[in-house]
Parts: sequence; structure tokens; C-alpha cells
Amino acid sequence: MRKNSHPFKRGIVKLLGSERYQAVTVPLFAIFLSLLAGAAVILLQGKNPLIAYQNLLQGSGLLPKASYAGYKSILTDFTSFMNAWTPMLFASLAVTVALRAGLFNIGVSGQMLTAGFITTLTVGYSGLAAPVAKPLVLIVGILVGACVGGLIGWLKHRFNINEVVSSIMINYIAQYVISFFINTYYVNPVSRQSAAVSRAARLTLMDTPVGNLKMDIPLGIILALIAAVFIRFLLDRTTFGYEIKSVGTSRNAARYAGINVGRNVVMSMVVSGALAGLAGVTYYLGYFGSIQPRVLSTTGFDAIAVSLLANSNPIGIIFSSFLVTVISKGSTYMNSASGLESEIASVITGLILLFSGCGEFIRHKVKSF
Amino acid sequence: MERIIIDGLAFSLPLFIMAIGGIYSEKSGVTNLALEGLQGVGAFTGALAAVLAAGSFASDSQVPYYLAMAFAVAGGVLYSLLHALLCIRFKANQVISGVVINILAMALTAFLTKNLNRTVFGAASDKFVLGVSAKYTVPGLSQLPVLGAVFKDIYPFEIIILVVAVVAWYVMYRTRYGMNLRACGDNPHAVDAAGVDVGRVRLIAVMVSGGLSGLAGISFAYSISANFSSSIYVGYGYLAIAALIFGNWTILPTLGSCLLFGFARSGGYYLVQKLQMPSSYSDLVMTLPYVVTLLLLIFFSRYNRSPRALGEIYDKGKR
Repeated sequence: MRKNSHPFKRGIVKLLGSERYQAVTVPLFAIFLSLLAGAAVILLQGKNPLIAYQNLLQGSGLLPKASYAGYKSILTDFTSFMNAWTPMLFASLAVTVALRAGLFNIGVSGQMLTAGFITTLTVGYSGLAAPVAKPLVLIVGILVGACVGGLIGWLKHRFNINEVVSSIMINYIAQYVISFFINTYYVNPVSRQSAAVSRAARLTLMDTPVGNLKMDIPLGIILALIAAVFIRFLLDRTTFGYEIKSVGTSRNAARYAGINVGRNVVMSMVVSGALAGLAGVTYYLGYFGSIQPRVLSTTGFDAIAVSLLANSNPIGIIFSSFLVTVISKGSTYMNSASGLESEIASVITGLILLFSGCGEFIRHKVKSF
Repeated sequence: MERIIIDGLAFSLPLFIMAIGGIYSEKSGVTNLALEGLQGVGAFTGALAAVLAAGSFASDSQVPYYLAMAFAVAGGVLYSLLHALLCIRFKANQVISGVVINILAMALTAFLTKNLNRTVFGAASDKFVLGVSAKYTVPGLSQLPVLGAVFKDIYPFEIIILVVAVVAWYVMYRTRYGMNLRACGDNPHAVDAAGVDVGRVRLIAVMVSGGLSGLAGISFAYSISANFSSSIYVGYGYLAIAALIFGNWTILPTLGSCLLFGFARSGGYYLVQKLQMPSSYSDLVMTLPYVVTLLLLIFFSRYNRSPRALGEIYDKGKR
């Protein structure tokens, strides 16, 4: 440390710790800054930010609310929070796998929608019994997602099309084509959404009576947590993980080392797409039971924030996706309890994203202090 | 036939000016996926200015319209400073910065629109109603067969965009700044060695992209949607990026690709109407510009040569 370093700077260095801990402390710092900025916005509205943040936790079933409707408690809030958390976790893992290969999969939402739609058609409307339907939903979702993801990877490898542009184009094409099919063939005239999938195919056991409560039990969350551990193993402990990491770090060096760059680009997008497919089925056949035409879910985009916040570490993603889901899921209750626009939640998520985008700079600054 | 040309131009020209902004930024070496957010924020500030000013002028006055244009440009420039800050000063990943800025723009404008509507205008609404701008027809020329449609029902913003585009072309290819800018995207170290501040050139380029995107955003708001709401974020910015990639980062070919998108879109709508298909078929038509983009990229991407230093953080010591 230099002699004339400012006490404030020294404080920050002390706070953020050595480089070893910065993988955790820098994201925490980013979250802290964005919560602070969010609090300033809430204060400007003449509301108490602490109460607003408390409402977010209450809405997600992490703190008890003042009162509950019949058959509801903090536990049912928490299970329905987990229901929303599942697709977010899968989607963030999808972003992470692509990011490791140096690819930016901004098409997670489109892959989710495509997988959700095709699974709804093939399994959701089939009338198969639950023990067959539920695994089939997962398999079809994985396959469809992997195909769409693989297509983007192949276009990149074969035709040198920037994956950001192609996946955005595919996002829009999927959104409009699926909207056309829903509106023409599968629309429920009352809800203006696609007809609901069968209970047997649904990945969340909706309104299941447990004791004197009725809760939504998301089966996918267990799979999502296993997937996070598995992806960590895949990325950090296997040849495949090593290869895509070297492709992501330097394409030329990887090629020089004899790694097949094209195959790895396509394969990483296949895995990323498969995870996005799982996010899609847990979203459209779990969290919701139908698809709203012409709407692309924001999960795929928020997942980018989640993945960045966790430094693309699959285990870190469990925590960062938890946090982002708390903010988005709790915002509905915050809206009704404090009268704040629920859009403030996405502003806070955006700020977290912004500050975590500066993570590299914070790290660099701390080093030079 | 007339309608295809009129609607096609009204869509292509805002797209074109936004793509020019993108070319400025990318030619200087800063990847700019933030166009989508920049045009949205520009449209937001412009629409806010128009709605606030509307009360002080006669209902048929054109002043709020031009005021909206000015504020849209200013809003776009201001918001683009964030992208510049992240990419140039904070050395963040430029692709990530662009996406971050888009997400934040959507959240921020949706929140502010709702909030301002409630607090300032006392209405629970998520949009600012603007209406469609006045249109002008050039007498005489508009009577020409086929080509006459070009001079018919012209929005004022189309003229402004054309003028700005010519100026932008001149600055890019005929001035010293333009040369420095293009060099910054290919070999920033050479520019630095020649005594020019790379960061400054890039900062101005990003600000230009912000201003031009803002202009495009308010043009879309005044023509297609007739209001400002989150429906402004339907991917115009990404379409502009596809147009400039397809135009190989040069201004004139980019005009061609923008016209192609515009006519593909208006032609498709015309077809749906002409064949009297149910309105849900317009969803299929909406995919046309995107499908065309994807197909064209498949055929032309390999001939593309992006600026060599595009997306690279400028590091003085790395030579």
C-alpha cells in the first residue's frame, strides 16, 4: 500500500479483502450499491425504503406477512417463490455455459418459448398419465432447446453470424410465429392465452392440500439445484469444460492447442440451449400452465444479470438467482403493500446488472489503490 | 403499391439514421448493442417534452413536435454517456454493457412513465399519447407514376433524417475527425501515435450514436405507435445493428439494407390486407424483416469485415 493512500480507499480495500475473496465481495458490493441507489429512488417517492425491501422479502415468503388469506401461510408463499425461482436458475445456467465459451446467449427467452410451446403441443395436450407425461415434458424441452441453441452455434461456426444478432432474430421469429399458431389454433377465448396444459403434464403440483394449506409444489427446483452442481462439475472438472473455457478465453490459442473450436462452439450452445429448454418447460408448464401470445418472458434477459453477478460460477448462480427472484417475485406484494410501482423491481435488477458490469473496473481499481 | 412505398420509407429512414449512429460507434471501435435502449430513452424524453409542452401551445401547433425531436436527441446523447462511461472509462465488456443498458432503459422508462403519469398528470397510464405527426405531400412531383409515392404523405422527420444522414456521411468520409474515427476502429494505436486522443474520438462517436438513436426513437413513436409506451422496445435497435452489419459498416449499403427491411415489412402488411387474411396473419408478416435478416446474413456474413479493433478495450500499453 502506498504511503499517501486515502483513508477511504484503504477502507474499501479492507472491505473487499484480498483477491481470493473478491469473487464474493465485489458482487456483494455491486448489490449493496444498487440497493442503495434503489433506496434513493424509493425515498424520492416519499416512501420508506426499508419497509419496501421488507415487503420484497415478505412477498417471497422469507418474512411473515401481517395477515394471510385462507389456506395460505409463509410456507405457501415460499413454495410459490421457489416455483418462480426454478426457471430463473435454469436460464442463468444456460447463459453461464455459453459465456464460458465466449458466447453471449441473449436468446434464452426465445429458446424457452420454443421449448415451452412445442412441449405444450406434444405432451401438454396429449392426455398422457402423469408418470409418463412429466419425464416426457423434460425430455422434449431439453431436445427442443438444444436444437434451437445448436442452430445458433452452427450459424456462428458455419456462416460466421454473430450469435447476438442471430439469437435476437430467432427470438422475434419464435415470438411472432408461436403467437400466430396460438391465436389461430390453441387460444382460450376467455384468457386470450393458449389453452391450459393438462394437470398430468404440469411440472408444478398446483394447489396441493398439505395439512390445512394449499400449496404449489415445484418439482423442478430439485432438478435445477442438481443441474447447478452438475454444470459446475461439467465446466470445472471435465475435458469438455476445459475445452470450451479455452475456446472462450482465446480462440486462436485453443486452435493452436489442437482443440476443435467449431465443435466446441456448437456443443456449448447445445448445452446452453438444453438448459434454456428446461427453463422453458419449468416456466410455461410449471410456473404458468399456458403461454401468452406475443410476449417474450423477461427471465432470459434477467438471467444475464444473474449470471454476471455470480461471475459465471454455477454455485454462485444459486445465490444470485435467489436474490433476483426475491426482487421480482416480491415486487407484486410491495406494490400492494406500499403502493410503489412494481416496475421499481426491474429498475433495481437493472442497477445490479449495471454495477456488476463494472465489477472488473472495481477489481482493477482496488488493485491499484 | 403506393402504400408499400410510403409506409416502407417511414419505417426505413428512422432505422437508417439509427444504423448510422451504430456505424459511428462501431467504426470507432465500440460495439454498440445499446441502440435499442438509446432509441427508447430518446423516445421517452422526447415524448415527455411533447406532453409537457402540449398545454402551452395551440392544439394544431407543430412546436411540441420539433421540441420532442430536440429533447429526444438530447436524451439519447445523455443516456449514451453511460455506455461510453462503461466501455471507455470503466473498460467493461462492451457487449455486456450494451445489454445492461438496454435492460436498464426498459425498466427505467417503464417505471418513470407510470410514475410521472401518476404524479404529474394524475392519470394511471403506462404511456404518453402523442398522436401521429402531420404529413406533407409535394405538389406536382407526387403525381409521377410509381415514384410519385416517394413525395406523398411525407413525415417531417423523414426530411430531417435525410439531411442529418447527408451530414453524417460527409463527416464520416470527408473530414479529419471522420478519418480519425475510422482509424480508431482499425488501429487505435496508430491514432494515438499521431497524437489524437482515442478515448475522446470514441466518446464523441458513442454520443453521436445516442443522439441519432434518440431521433429514430421519437420518429417511431410519432409514426408507428402514435404514443410512447414499452411497445417501443420491439427490436428496432437490433434490426438497425443487423442492417449495419449487412451493410458492412458503410453508410450507403446500409441505406439499401434498411430500405429492404422497410419494404419487406410494408409489403407483407399490404399482402395480408389485399388477400383479406385474418388479422392473426399479421404476426407472420411481422417476422419478415427478421427472417430476411437471418437469410441475408447467412449469405453475406462471410464477406463481412468488421472494424479490426471492434469491441477491444483500448489499452495504451499494449502495442
